[in-house]
Amino acid sequence: MKNNPLLRVMNLKKRFGEKEVLKGVSFNVKEGETKVIIGPSGTGKSTLLACINQLVNPDEGEVWLKDELITQAKDMNKIRQRIGFVFQDFGLFNHLTALKNVMIGLTKVKKLDKNVAREKALEQLRKVGLEREADLYPAQLSGGQKQRVGIARALAMEPEIILFDEPTSALDPELIGEVLYVMKDLAESGMTMLVVTHEMGFARSVSDEIIFMENGYIVEQGSPEKLFKNPENERTRQFLNKLSELYGEGD
Amino acid sequence: MVMLERIINIVEKFWPVLLKGLGVTMEMTLISVLGGFILGIVLALSRIYGNKFLRIISTGFIEIIRGTPLLVQLFILYFGLPPYGFKPSPFTAAIIGFIINSGAYQAEYLRGSILSISRNQMIAARSLGMTRKQAIIHVIMPQALRRVIPAWTNEFIYLLKYTSLAYIVGAPELMAQAKFIASRNFQFFEVYLVVAVIYLIVILFFTWLFGRLEKKVKIPGLEWVR
Ligand SMILES: Nc1ncnc2c1ncn2[C@@H]1O[C@H](COP(=O)(O)OP(=O)(O)O)[C@@H](O)[C@H]1O
Ligand SMILES: [Mg+2]
Repeated sequence: MKNNPLLRVMNLKKRFGEKEVLKGVSFNVKEGETKVIIGPSGTGKSTLLACINQLVNPDEGEVWLKDELITQAKDMNKIRQRIGFVFQDFGLFNHLTALKNVMIGLTKVKKLDKNVAREKALEQLRKVGLEREADLYPAQLSGGQKQRVGIARALAMEPEIILFDEPTSALDPELIGEVLYVMKDLAESGMTMLVVTHEMGFARSVSDEIIFMENGYIVEQGSPEKLFKNPENERTRQFLNKLSELYGEGD
Repeated sequence: MVMLERIINIVEKFWPVLLKGLGVTMEMTLISVLGGFILGIVLALSRIYGNKFLRIISTGFIEIIRGTPLLVQLFILYFGLPPYGFKPSPFTAAIIGFIINSGAYQAEYLRGSILSISRNQMIAARSLGMTRKQAIIHVIMPQALRRVIPAWTNEFIYLLKYTSLAYIVGAPELMAQAKFIASRNFQFFEVYLVVAVIYLIVILFFTWLFGRLEKKVKIPGLEWVR
Protein backbone atom coordinates (compact mmCIF):
# COMPACT_ATOMS: atom_id res chain seq x y z
CA MET A 1 0.00 0.00 0.00
CA LYS A 2 2.62 2.52 1.07
CA ASN A 3 4.75 2.21 -2.04
CA ASN A 4 3.44 4.01 -5.10
CA PRO A 5 3.89 7.77 -4.98
CA LEU A 6 0.40 9.17 -5.12
CA LEU A 7 1.61 12.73 -5.27
CA ARG A 8 4.87 13.84 -6.85
CA VAL A 9 6.03 17.42 -6.59
CA MET A 10 9.01 18.22 -8.77
CA ASN A 11 11.07 21.38 -8.64
CA LEU A 12 8.11 23.63 -7.86
CA LYS A 13 8.78 27.35 -8.10
CA LYS A 14 6.59 30.33 -7.41
CA ARG A 15 7.24 34.03 -7.13
CA PHE A 16 4.94 36.88 -6.15
CA GLY A 17 6.36 39.89 -7.92
CA GLU A 18 9.91 40.38 -6.69
CA LYS A 19 9.61 37.80 -3.98
CA GLU A 20 10.52 34.22 -4.78
CA VAL A 21 8.43 32.17 -2.37
CA LEU A 22 9.08 28.64 -3.60
CA LYS A 23 12.57 28.08 -4.94
CA GLY A 24 12.40 24.56 -6.29
CA VAL A 25 10.58 22.17 -4.00
CA SER A 26 10.47 18.43 -4.65
CA PHE A 27 9.00 15.56 -2.66
CA ASN A 28 6.68 12.57 -2.94
CA VAL A 29 3.71 11.44 -0.91
CA LYS A 30 3.02 7.73 -1.10
CA GLU A 31 -0.40 6.21 -0.92
CA GLY A 32 -1.63 5.90 2.65
CA GLU A 33 1.18 8.05 3.96
CA THR A 34 0.90 11.04 6.27
CA LYS A 35 3.50 13.70 5.66
CA VAL A 36 3.92 16.71 7.88
CA ILE A 37 5.43 19.98 6.70
CA ILE A 38 6.88 22.30 9.30
CA GLY A 39 8.71 25.58 8.98
CA PRO A 40 8.72 29.19 10.09
CA SER A 41 5.85 31.39 9.01
CA GLY A 42 6.26 33.14 5.67
CA THR A 43 8.29 30.25 4.36
CA GLY A 44 5.91 29.27 1.59
CA LYS A 45 4.07 26.33 3.15
CA SER A 46 0.60 27.64 2.32
CA THR A 47 1.76 28.64 -1.13
CA LEU A 48 3.10 25.12 -1.65
CA LEU A 49 -0.24 23.52 -0.76
CA ALA A 50 -2.14 26.03 -2.90
CA CYS A 51 0.18 25.28 -5.82
CA ILE A 52 -0.51 21.57 -5.53
CA ASN A 53 -4.20 21.92 -6.35
CA GLN A 54 -3.49 25.10 -8.27
CA LEU A 55 -5.55 27.50 -6.27
CA VAL A 56 -2.32 29.34 -6.99
CA ASN A 57 -0.58 28.63 -10.28
CA PRO A 58 3.07 27.64 -9.92
CA ASP A 59 5.55 29.32 -12.25
CA GLU A 60 7.70 26.27 -12.82
CA GLY A 61 7.86 22.62 -11.93
CA GLU A 62 5.51 19.69 -12.09
CA VAL A 63 2.88 18.17 -9.87
CA TRP A 64 1.81 14.62 -10.58
CA LEU A 65 -1.26 12.98 -9.12
CA LYS A 66 -0.76 9.27 -9.76
CA ASP A 67 0.16 9.18 -13.44
CA GLU A 68 -1.38 12.50 -14.36
CA LEU A 69 0.60 15.67 -14.78
CA ILE A 70 -1.89 17.98 -13.12
CA THR A 71 0.10 21.17 -13.66
CA GLN A 72 -0.92 20.69 -17.29
CA ALA A 73 -4.42 19.44 -16.59
CA LYS A 74 -7.11 20.51 -19.02
CA ASP A 75 -9.88 20.46 -16.45
CA MET A 76 -8.47 21.45 -13.08
CA ASN A 77 -11.96 21.36 -11.53
CA LYS A 78 -12.00 17.60 -12.10
CA ILE A 79 -8.59 17.24 -10.46
CA ARG A 80 -9.53 19.37 -7.45
CA GLN A 81 -12.34 16.97 -6.67
CA ARG A 82 -9.65 14.38 -6.04
CA ILE A 83 -7.62 16.59 -3.70
CA GLY A 84 -9.24 17.56 -0.42
CA PHE A 85 -8.28 20.83 1.21
CA VAL A 86 -8.69 21.79 4.85
CA PHE A 87 -8.09 25.45 5.65
CA GLN A 88 -6.64 27.23 8.63
CA ASP A 89 -9.68 29.52 8.76
CA PHE A 90 -12.09 26.61 8.03
CA GLY A 91 -13.54 28.19 4.87
CA LEU A 92 -17.04 26.96 5.70
CA PHE A 93 -19.84 28.47 3.67
CA ASN A 94 -21.52 30.85 6.08
CA HIS A 95 -25.00 30.63 4.61
CA LEU A 96 -25.23 26.84 4.78
CA THR A 97 -25.80 24.45 7.66
CA ALA A 98 -23.08 21.97 8.57
CA LEU A 99 -24.96 19.31 6.62
CA LYS A 100 -25.37 21.50 3.53
CA ASN A 101 -21.71 22.48 3.73
CA VAL A 102 -20.80 18.83 3.39
CA MET A 103 -23.50 18.16 0.79
CA ILE A 104 -22.84 21.01 -1.61
CA GLY A 105 -19.81 19.46 -3.26
CA LEU A 106 -21.72 16.25 -3.74
CA THR A 107 -24.81 17.84 -5.27
CA LYS A 108 -23.29 20.69 -7.27
CA VAL A 109 -19.92 19.23 -8.28
CA LYS A 110 -20.49 15.49 -8.31
CA LYS A 111 -24.15 15.96 -9.27
CA LEU A 112 -25.33 13.29 -6.88
CA ASP A 113 -28.99 12.93 -6.08
CA LYS A 114 -30.00 15.03 -3.05
CA ASN A 115 -30.99 12.06 -0.91
CA VAL A 116 -27.85 10.11 -1.71
CA ALA A 117 -25.78 13.20 -0.98
CA ARG A 118 -27.57 13.74 2.32
CA GLU A 119 -26.86 10.17 3.42
CA LYS A 120 -23.21 10.46 2.47
CA ALA A 121 -22.89 13.83 4.18
CA LEU A 122 -24.52 12.55 7.37
CA GLU A 123 -22.16 9.62 7.36
CA GLN A 124 -19.16 11.96 7.21
CA LEU A 125 -20.57 14.14 9.96
CA ARG A 126 -21.04 11.02 12.05
CA LYS A 127 -17.39 10.13 11.44
CA VAL A 128 -16.22 13.46 12.83
CA GLY A 129 -18.74 13.26 15.67
CA LEU A 130 -21.07 16.03 14.54
CA GLU A 131 -24.22 14.27 13.49
CA ARG A 132 -26.27 16.18 16.04
CA GLU A 133 -24.92 19.51 14.81
CA ALA A 134 -25.99 18.81 11.21
CA ASP A 135 -28.57 21.59 11.13
CA LEU A 136 -26.46 24.26 12.80
CA TYR A 137 -24.87 27.09 10.85
CA PRO A 138 -21.10 27.76 11.01
CA ALA A 139 -21.64 30.80 13.22
CA GLN A 140 -23.35 28.53 15.73
CA LEU A 141 -20.43 26.10 15.95
CA SER A 142 -17.24 26.24 18.01
CA GLY A 143 -13.94 26.50 16.18
CA GLY A 144 -13.19 22.83 16.72
CA GLN A 145 -16.60 21.87 15.39
CA LYS A 146 -16.14 24.13 12.38
CA GLN A 147 -12.87 22.50 11.51
CA ARG A 148 -14.38 19.04 11.88
CA VAL A 149 -17.11 20.08 9.43
CA GLY A 150 -14.32 21.29 7.16
CA ILE A 151 -12.73 17.86 7.35
CA ALA A 152 -16.07 16.13 6.76
CA ARG A 153 -16.67 18.34 3.73
CA ALA A 154 -13.30 17.37 2.27
CA LEU A 155 -13.84 13.70 3.09
CA ALA A 156 -17.27 13.55 1.51
CA MET A 157 -15.75 14.13 -1.91
CA GLU A 158 -13.81 10.88 -1.45
CA PRO A 159 -10.49 12.48 -2.31
CA GLU A 160 -7.31 10.54 -2.96
CA ILE A 161 -5.32 12.88 -0.74
CA ILE A 162 -6.18 15.64 1.71
CA LEU A 163 -4.06 18.75 2.16
CA PHE A 164 -4.26 20.39 5.58
CA ASP A 165 -3.03 23.95 6.00
CA GLU A 166 -2.43 24.54 9.71
CA PRO A 167 -5.84 23.08 10.60
CA THR A 168 -5.53 23.84 14.31
CA SER A 169 -3.73 27.18 14.26
CA ALA A 170 -6.89 29.24 14.53
CA LEU A 171 -8.26 27.21 17.44
CA ASP A 172 -8.28 27.87 21.15
CA PRO A 173 -5.91 25.40 22.83
CA GLU A 174 -8.70 23.39 24.42
CA LEU A 175 -10.29 22.74 21.01
CA ILE A 176 -7.19 21.51 19.22
CA GLY A 177 -7.41 18.00 20.61
CA GLU A 178 -10.75 17.10 19.05
CA VAL A 179 -9.49 18.07 15.59
CA LEU A 180 -6.19 16.23 15.95
CA TYR A 181 -8.09 13.21 17.15
CA VAL A 182 -10.16 13.16 13.96
CA MET A 183 -7.04 13.62 11.86
CA LYS A 184 -5.23 10.84 13.64
CA ASP A 185 -8.17 8.58 13.07
CA LEU A 186 -8.11 9.45 9.39
CA ALA A 187 -4.41 8.76 9.08
CA GLU A 188 -4.85 5.40 10.73
CA SER A 189 -7.71 4.52 8.38
CA GLY A 190 -5.21 4.83 5.52
CA MET A 191 -6.04 8.25 4.14
CA THR A 192 -3.17 9.93 2.34
CA MET A 193 -2.47 13.23 4.04
CA LEU A 194 -0.13 16.18 3.62
CA VAL A 195 -0.31 18.31 6.73
CA VAL A 196 1.22 21.69 7.48
CA THR A 197 1.18 21.97 11.25
CA HIS A 198 3.11 23.02 14.31
CA GLU A 199 1.57 20.29 16.42
CA MET A 200 4.68 18.30 17.25
CA GLY A 201 2.75 15.66 19.13
CA PHE A 202 0.79 14.92 15.99
CA ALA A 203 3.89 15.05 13.80
CA ARG A 204 5.70 12.67 16.11
CA SER A 205 3.05 10.08 16.63
CA VAL A 206 1.17 10.12 13.34
CA SER A 207 3.45 11.19 10.50
CA ASP A 208 5.54 8.85 8.43
CA GLU A 209 7.86 11.64 7.43
CA ILE A 210 8.48 15.26 8.34
CA ILE A 211 9.57 17.92 5.88
CA PHE A 212 11.28 20.99 7.28
CA MET A 213 10.91 23.99 4.98
CA GLU A 214 12.56 27.36 5.24
CA ASN A 215 12.76 30.31 2.83
CA GLY A 216 11.23 28.44 -0.05
CA TYR A 217 13.46 25.38 0.21
CA ILE A 218 13.16 22.00 1.81
CA VAL A 219 15.98 22.05 4.33
CA GLU A 220 15.63 18.53 5.54
CA GLN A 221 13.19 15.65 5.46
CA GLY A 222 13.10 12.36 7.28
CA SER A 223 11.34 10.17 9.78
CA PRO A 224 10.09 11.84 12.99
CA GLU A 225 12.67 9.95 15.07
CA LYS A 226 15.52 11.13 12.89
CA LEU A 227 14.43 14.78 12.80
CA PHE A 228 13.69 14.96 16.48
CA LYS A 229 16.66 12.89 17.70
CA ASN A 230 19.51 13.79 15.35
CA PRO A 231 18.71 16.24 12.60
CA GLU A 232 21.42 16.69 10.00
CA ASN A 233 20.87 20.38 9.68
CA GLU A 234 21.55 22.89 12.41
CA ARG A 235 18.54 25.03 11.33
CA THR A 236 16.23 22.05 11.76
CA ARG A 237 17.44 21.51 15.28
CA GLN A 238 17.03 25.17 16.18
CA PHE A 239 13.54 25.34 14.75
CA LEU A 240 12.38 22.18 16.49
CA ASN A 241 13.80 23.45 19.77
CA LYS A 242 11.93 26.70 19.37
CA LEU A 243 8.72 24.84 18.58
CA SER A 244 8.96 22.66 21.64
CA GLU A 245 9.55 25.77 23.74
CA LEU A 246 6.47 27.39 22.25
CA TYR A 247 4.12 24.47 22.02
CA GLY A 248 5.66 21.90 24.36
CA GLU A 249 7.00 18.51 23.44
CA GLY A 250 3.52 17.32 22.66
CA ASP A 251 2.98 13.74 23.67
CA MET B 1 -60.54 73.61 10.90
CA VAL B 2 -60.88 74.64 7.31
CA MET B 3 -57.80 72.66 6.49
CA LEU B 4 -59.15 69.39 7.84
CA GLU B 5 -62.42 69.87 5.99
CA ARG B 6 -60.57 70.54 2.79
CA ILE B 7 -58.44 67.45 3.23
CA ILE B 8 -61.44 65.24 3.86
CA ASN B 9 -63.08 66.78 0.88
CA ILE B 10 -60.09 66.11 -1.34
CA VAL B 11 -59.86 62.50 -0.26
CA GLU B 12 -63.61 61.96 -0.71
CA LYS B 13 -63.78 63.57 -4.08
CA PHE B 14 -60.51 62.58 -5.66
CA TRP B 15 -59.64 59.21 -4.17
CA PRO B 16 -60.14 57.36 -7.46
CA VAL B 17 -57.72 59.72 -9.19
CA LEU B 18 -55.23 59.53 -6.35
CA LEU B 19 -55.48 55.76 -6.28
CA LYS B 20 -54.89 55.61 -10.00
CA GLY B 21 -51.84 57.82 -9.59
CA LEU B 22 -50.57 55.67 -6.76
CA GLY B 23 -51.12 52.60 -8.95
CA VAL B 24 -48.95 54.08 -11.67
CA THR B 25 -46.33 55.11 -9.12
CA MET B 26 -46.21 51.62 -7.68
CA GLU B 27 -46.11 50.01 -11.09
CA MET B 28 -43.22 52.23 -12.13
CA THR B 29 -41.39 51.63 -8.89
CA LEU B 30 -41.76 47.85 -8.92
CA ILE B 31 -40.85 47.44 -12.58
CA SER B 32 -37.89 49.79 -12.18
CA VAL B 33 -36.59 48.17 -9.02
CA LEU B 34 -36.82 44.70 -10.50
CA GLY B 35 -35.39 45.77 -13.85
CA GLY B 36 -32.68 47.65 -12.03
CA PHE B 37 -32.02 44.60 -9.89
CA ILE B 38 -31.40 42.39 -12.91
CA LEU B 39 -29.34 45.08 -14.62
CA GLY B 40 -27.47 45.65 -11.36
CA ILE B 41 -26.55 41.97 -11.02
CA VAL B 42 -25.27 41.87 -14.59
CA LEU B 43 -23.28 45.08 -14.13
CA ALA B 44 -21.83 44.10 -10.75
CA LEU B 45 -20.77 40.64 -11.92
CA SER B 46 -19.28 42.09 -15.11
CA ARG B 47 -17.37 44.68 -13.14
CA ILE B 48 -15.95 42.17 -10.67
CA TYR B 49 -15.58 38.96 -12.61
CA GLY B 50 -15.72 40.07 -16.24
CA ASN B 51 -12.86 40.20 -18.73
CA LYS B 52 -11.26 43.55 -19.44
CA PHE B 53 -13.82 44.48 -22.07
CA LEU B 54 -16.80 43.79 -19.80
CA ARG B 55 -15.13 45.55 -16.90
CA ILE B 56 -14.57 48.71 -18.91
CA ILE B 57 -18.11 48.71 -20.32
CA SER B 58 -19.81 48.14 -16.98
CA THR B 59 -17.58 50.53 -15.05
CA GLY B 60 -18.08 53.23 -17.67
CA PHE B 61 -21.82 52.73 -17.69
CA ILE B 62 -22.10 52.81 -13.90
CA GLU B 63 -19.96 55.91 -13.51
CA ILE B 64 -21.71 57.84 -16.28
CA ILE B 65 -25.14 57.09 -14.88
CA ARG B 66 -24.17 57.86 -11.31
CA GLY B 67 -22.34 60.97 -12.42
CA THR B 68 -25.30 62.62 -14.14
CA PRO B 69 -28.64 63.84 -12.74
CA LEU B 70 -31.63 61.55 -13.11
CA LEU B 71 -33.67 64.40 -14.54
CA VAL B 72 -31.14 64.92 -17.32
CA GLN B 73 -31.31 61.21 -18.10
CA LEU B 74 -35.10 61.33 -18.28
CA PHE B 75 -35.04 64.42 -20.52
CA ILE B 76 -32.55 62.78 -22.88
CA LEU B 77 -34.78 59.71 -23.13
CA TYR B 78 -38.04 61.57 -23.55
CA PHE B 79 -37.12 64.76 -25.38
CA GLY B 80 -33.72 63.91 -26.78
CA LEU B 81 -34.28 60.62 -28.56
CA PRO B 82 -37.40 61.21 -30.69
CA PRO B 83 -35.42 63.09 -33.37
CA TYR B 84 -33.33 59.92 -33.69
CA GLY B 85 -36.36 57.76 -34.26
CA PHE B 86 -37.08 56.50 -30.73
CA LYS B 87 -40.38 57.90 -29.48
CA PRO B 88 -41.21 56.42 -26.10
CA SER B 89 -44.43 57.23 -24.24
CA PRO B 90 -43.90 59.20 -21.02
CA PHE B 91 -44.44 56.03 -19.02
CA THR B 92 -41.94 54.03 -21.07
CA ALA B 93 -39.36 56.79 -21.06
CA ALA B 94 -39.65 57.11 -17.30
CA ILE B 95 -39.39 53.36 -16.75
CA ILE B 96 -36.33 53.03 -18.98
CA GLY B 97 -34.70 55.96 -17.22
CA PHE B 98 -35.43 54.55 -13.78
CA ILE B 99 -34.22 51.05 -14.66
CA ILE B 100 -30.96 52.38 -16.07
CA ASN B 101 -30.46 54.70 -13.13
CA SER B 102 -31.39 52.23 -10.44
CA GLY B 103 -29.38 49.49 -12.17
CA ALA B 104 -26.22 51.55 -11.84
CA TYR B 105 -26.82 52.23 -8.16
CA GLN B 106 -27.88 48.69 -7.36
CA ALA B 107 -24.78 47.41 -9.16
CA GLU B 108 -22.60 49.41 -6.81
CA TYR B 109 -24.44 48.25 -3.70
CA LEU B 110 -24.19 44.67 -4.86
CA ARG B 111 -20.55 45.07 -5.80
CA GLY B 112 -19.74 46.35 -2.35
CA SER B 113 -21.62 43.45 -0.89
CA ILE B 114 -19.85 40.86 -3.07
CA LEU B 115 -16.44 42.35 -2.28
CA SER B 116 -17.22 42.21 1.42
CA ILE B 117 -17.61 38.42 1.23
CA SER B 118 -14.34 36.96 2.43
CA ARG B 119 -12.09 35.60 -0.31
CA ASN B 120 -11.85 32.33 1.55
CA GLN B 121 -15.40 31.54 0.43
CA MET B 122 -14.41 31.53 -3.23
CA ILE B 123 -11.19 29.63 -2.52
CA ALA B 124 -13.02 26.98 -0.48
CA ALA B 125 -15.62 26.57 -3.22
CA ARG B 126 -12.95 26.15 -5.89
CA SER B 127 -11.09 23.65 -3.71
CA LEU B 128 -14.13 21.39 -3.89
CA GLY B 129 -13.92 21.43 -7.67
CA MET B 130 -16.57 24.04 -8.31
CA THR B 131 -16.15 26.17 -11.40
CA ARG B 132 -15.99 29.90 -10.84
CA LYS B 133 -19.53 30.22 -12.12
CA GLN B 134 -20.78 27.57 -9.70
CA ALA B 135 -18.98 29.27 -6.84
CA ILE B 136 -20.56 32.61 -7.71
CA ILE B 137 -24.04 31.13 -8.01
CA HIS B 138 -24.01 28.79 -5.02
CA VAL B 139 -21.63 30.44 -2.59
CA ILE B 140 -20.99 34.11 -3.28
CA MET B 141 -24.37 35.38 -4.46
CA PRO B 142 -26.54 33.79 -1.76
CA GLN B 143 -24.45 35.63 0.81
CA ALA B 144 -24.04 38.86 -1.13
CA LEU B 145 -27.77 39.16 -1.82
CA ARG B 146 -28.58 38.79 1.85
CA ARG B 147 -26.12 41.49 2.72
CA VAL B 148 -27.47 43.88 0.14
CA ILE B 149 -31.04 43.90 1.48
CA PRO B 150 -30.63 47.03 3.67
CA ALA B 151 -29.08 49.00 0.81
CA TRP B 152 -31.73 47.61 -1.47
CA THR B 153 -34.48 48.83 0.88
CA ASN B 154 -33.02 52.33 0.68
CA GLU B 155 -32.84 52.09 -3.09
CA PHE B 156 -36.48 51.05 -3.23
CA ILE B 157 -37.49 54.05 -1.12
CA TYR B 158 -35.40 56.45 -3.17
CA LEU B 159 -36.85 55.13 -6.36
CA LEU B 160 -40.41 55.33 -5.06
CA LYS B 161 -39.82 58.98 -4.30
CA TYR B 162 -37.90 59.66 -7.49
CA THR B 163 -40.75 58.36 -9.63
CA SER B 164 -42.39 61.69 -8.77
CA LEU B 165 -39.96 63.18 -11.28
CA ALA B 166 -41.80 61.31 -13.99
CA TYR B 167 -44.63 63.83 -13.86
CA ILE B 168 -42.28 66.31 -15.52
CA VAL B 169 -42.26 64.21 -18.69
CA GLY B 170 -45.98 63.65 -18.26
CA ALA B 171 -46.38 60.15 -16.84
CA PRO B 172 -49.71 59.94 -14.96
CA GLU B 173 -48.30 58.98 -11.57
CA LEU B 174 -49.23 60.25 -8.13
CA MET B 175 -47.55 63.66 -8.39
CA ALA B 176 -49.09 64.29 -11.80
CA GLN B 177 -52.53 63.54 -10.40
CA ALA B 178 -51.88 65.83 -7.45
CA LYS B 179 -50.90 68.61 -9.79
CA PHE B 180 -54.04 67.98 -11.79
CA ILE B 181 -56.25 68.18 -8.67
CA ALA B 182 -54.50 71.26 -7.31
CA SER B 183 -54.82 73.05 -10.61
CA ARG B 184 -58.59 72.63 -10.27
CA ASN B 185 -59.23 73.50 -6.61
CA PHE B 186 -56.11 75.62 -5.92
CA GLN B 187 -55.69 73.99 -2.51
CA PHE B 188 -52.02 73.31 -3.09
CA PHE B 189 -51.10 72.88 0.53
CA GLU B 190 -53.81 70.36 1.33
CA VAL B 191 -53.42 68.39 -1.89
CA TYR B 192 -49.68 67.98 -1.55
CA LEU B 193 -50.06 67.20 2.12
CA VAL B 194 -52.38 64.32 1.25
CA VAL B 195 -49.90 63.11 -1.35
CA ALA B 196 -47.02 63.34 1.12
CA VAL B 197 -48.94 61.23 3.60
CA ILE B 198 -49.68 58.64 0.92
CA TYR B 199 -45.97 58.38 0.06
CA LEU B 200 -45.11 58.11 3.71
CA ILE B 201 -47.58 55.30 4.38
CA VAL B 202 -46.40 53.31 1.38
CA ILE B 203 -42.75 53.78 2.33
CA LEU B 204 -43.32 52.76 5.93
CA PHE B 205 -45.11 49.67 4.71
CA PHE B 206 -42.27 48.61 2.42
CA THR B 207 -39.63 49.38 5.04
CA TRP B 208 -41.45 47.02 7.35
CA LEU B 209 -41.80 44.41 4.61
CA PHE B 210 -38.09 44.44 3.74
CA GLY B 211 -37.22 44.34 7.40
CA ARG B 212 -39.19 41.13 7.64
CA LEU B 213 -37.52 39.73 4.54
CA GLU B 214 -34.12 40.49 6.03
CA LYS B 215 -35.03 38.70 9.25
CA LYS B 216 -36.46 35.78 7.35
CA VAL B 217 -33.36 35.05 5.30
CA LYS B 218 -30.92 35.97 8.06
CA ILE B 219 -28.27 33.34 8.66
CA PRO B 220 -28.64 32.03 12.21
CA GLY B 221 -25.87 33.05 14.55
CA LEU B 222 -24.25 35.38 12.08
CA GLU B 223 -24.18 39.14 12.54
CA TRP B 224 -23.07 41.00 9.44
CA VAL B 225 -20.59 43.67 10.14
CA ARG B 226 -22.17 46.76 8.66
N1 LIG C 1 -1.22 36.03 -3.11
C1 LIG C 1 -0.04 36.50 -2.67
N2 LIG C 1 0.46 37.64 -3.19
C2 LIG C 1 1.64 38.12 -2.77
N3 LIG C 1 2.41 37.55 -1.85
C3 LIG C 1 1.98 36.42 -1.29
C4 LIG C 1 0.73 35.83 -1.68
N4 LIG C 1 0.55 34.69 -0.95
C5 LIG C 1 1.64 34.59 -0.17
N5 LIG C 1 2.50 35.60 -0.37
C6 LIG C 1 3.81 35.80 0.29
O1 LIG C 1 4.52 34.61 0.15
C7 LIG C 1 5.26 34.33 1.31
C8 LIG C 1 4.94 32.94 1.80
O2 LIG C 1 3.64 32.89 2.27
P1 LIG C 1 2.95 31.57 2.76
O3 LIG C 1 2.99 30.55 1.69
O4 LIG C 1 1.61 31.95 3.27
O5 LIG C 1 3.91 31.13 3.95
P2 LIG C 1 3.60 30.16 5.18
O6 LIG C 1 2.33 29.43 4.92
O7 LIG C 1 4.79 29.27 5.25
O8 LIG C 1 3.51 31.03 6.39
C9 LIG C 1 4.90 35.40 2.32
O9 LIG C 1 5.93 36.35 2.34
C10 LIG C 1 3.67 36.01 1.79
O10 LIG C 1 3.59 37.36 2.11
MG1 LIG D 1 0.52 29.44 6.00
